Amino acid sequence: MNWVNIILQGVLTGGLYAMFAAGLSLIFGVMRLVNIAHGDLIVLAAYLALVVTTTLGINPLLSIVIVAPLMAAIGYGLQRLLLNRTLGEDLLPPLLVTFGLSVIIQNGLLEVFTADSRKLQAGPIEVDSIQIGGGLAIGTLPLIQFLTAVAVIAALQATFYRTAIGRAFRATSDDRAVAQLMGLDNRHVYALAMALSMAIVGIAGVLLAVRANFDPSIGPARLIFGFEAVIIGGLGSMWGTLAGGIILGVAQAVGAQINPGWQLLAGHIAFLVIVALRPEGLFPKVQG
Amino acid sequence: MSAAAFRIEHATPSSRIGTAILIALVIILALAPLWGGRDDLRLLAEIYSYVALASLWNLLAGYAGLVSVGQQAYVGIGAYALFALTMFAGLHPLAAIPIAGAVAAAISVPTAALLFRLRGHYFAIATWVVAEVFRLLAAQISVLGGGSGTSLPTAIVIAMAPSREIREYTIYWVALLLMMAIIGAIFILLRSRYGLALTAIRDNELAARSNGVDVARTKLVIYVITACGTAMVGALIFLQKLRISPDTAFSVNDWTAFVIFITVIGGVGRIEGPLIGTVVFFILRQQLADYGSFYLLMLGAIAIAVMLMAPKGLWGLIADRFGWQLLPLERRVVRPEATPPLE
Repeated sequence: MNWVNIILQGVLTGGLYAMFAAGLSLIFGVMRLVNIAHGDLIVLAAYLALVVTTTLGINPLLSIVIVAPLMAAIGYGLQRLLLNRTLGEDLLPPLLVTFGLSVIIQNGLLEVFTADSRKLQAGPIEVDSIQIGGGLAIGTLPLIQFLTAVAVIAALQATFYRTAIGRAFRATSDDRAVAQLMGLDNRHVYALAMALSMAIVGIAGVLLAVRANFDPSIGPARLIFGFEAVIIGGLGSMWGTLAGGIILGVAQAVGAQINPGWQLLAGHIAFLVIVALRPEGLFPKVQG
Repeated sequence: MSAAAFRIEHATPSSRIGTAILIALVIILALAPLWGGRDDLRLLAEIYSYVALASLWNLLAGYAGLVSVGQQAYVGIGAYALFALTMFAGLHPLAAIPIAGAVAAAISVPTAALLFRLRGHYFAIATWVVAEVFRLLAAQISVLGGGSGTSLPTAIVIAMAPSREIREYTIYWVALLLMMAIIGAIFILLRSRYGLALTAIRDNELAARSNGVDVARTKLVIYVITACGTAMVGALIFLQKLRISPDTAFSVNDWTAFVIFITVIGGVGRIEGPLIGTVVFFILRQQLADYGSFYLLMLGAIAIAVMLMAPKGLWGLIADRFGWQLLPLERRVVRPEATPPLE
């Protein structure tokens, strides 16, 4: 029964990782952009949630309403002004520019908020739990977060495959030149994809801020978890990304059970084993 | 026309001047203990380390097209190997540096077997994950202090050289020598058949392959050489610091982000790039040192600006404008005057 519980907790954590990954998966799928600053943008969103919550005195979970649109606007601007100029055959320019952004965000947050560890208090909901029989209990907050992740991924999948903007995303992903010939403005399409990705980052940032301690330096680790989930799941499949996040979360939970020092190691090794066996991921829909 | 009817010339007037300037500079720098204080020597040794790291990353990414964001793996492996070899095998620290390089080269072969299954973006991300794995493994080595790290025992430090002054001079000269050896090795490599193959891969991988270049083998050789060099530099950096921890030895910002910034600011895919980039990096750091982490913020902004406005870097601007090269690397076919023109 202990192991069932461990795996259950791993699955719930995996939902959060899938949230880190969903935005990455979207922009990597649409424009082959490796956004090294993605993790730092999640941390930026967490700090925005901190500011919003303390200024307005509202429940941190409610701050999503402000943080997500704000991040989306930042994402649109970032793509139009900066990232669109780096896209092309060469993978170095986007990599370097987002590395630069990562260093800028980390040190900017350090200047403004210091290196102190922060956490947002969501009230009594944090300690609530639901009995599911057999002596097992699920924390209400982790469950809400997992369901949010599933809802976000379902919405993203539906947007991608059932709406006009999703069709534009897929068209530019398949062939940007032809998409442009068909009358799509690639710069605008890319900026919309980044805006959507950053809206998800906003949600993920708030969930992170409520769930765990955060400080300006934790971004890169979130980026790695996110990327591992994307690659494990395979490109172009949002449900694959969720599966990737869950695999990662379960591997970490099992690793931590064996030896506390092996938590992160077990996740990374699971990732490396999967890419060694299936370099294209488990459920690929699009060629990398 | 017979094969002897033409020859290949590398040197240009600018490269002759450039080489002369470099030789003069090396002589002046080698004598730094005579004219510089302790702080100068430390700073210069740090500069040499960054020139070496950036030159190696440039070889890997700029020439072989292997864009790695995980070279901190080999800095860390080199550093940890040095501490382990001196503390547990009783090796002299200077003897441990090349062995640390060999250890990293040995580790890099199976690592490459895994990483080379992935291409482009996936390769880049996986190099970072591999570096994280090594960092977490290092944190498990309890005899080297686990997650909080350890200091090099005083006995080993004293055994290296009796006085602090001689020790500092030794480390300084070794740093200069290591940088020169690495740049020299890269120079020889680029002048050799491998260099031609690498330049071809840099410019067009498919065309290189169809002209008979064994791309996979060339890339593997470069990956292993780079791992070995990076680890030797890492070993030296932490011999100078005298203290090691998983977070500092495997730092992605210190050993990869800044190294990429330096190379891009100077010019990717040119041997001069890392030299120019490191000078810019350290001038910035000295100028903005009073502003704390603000200088890192500036550095990130400048790297972005250079990438967008001058993608070939500062040396790329100069080389395109004036056709200069510091080291004789160009290949030009020269036909003797007497040879009749080709039919």
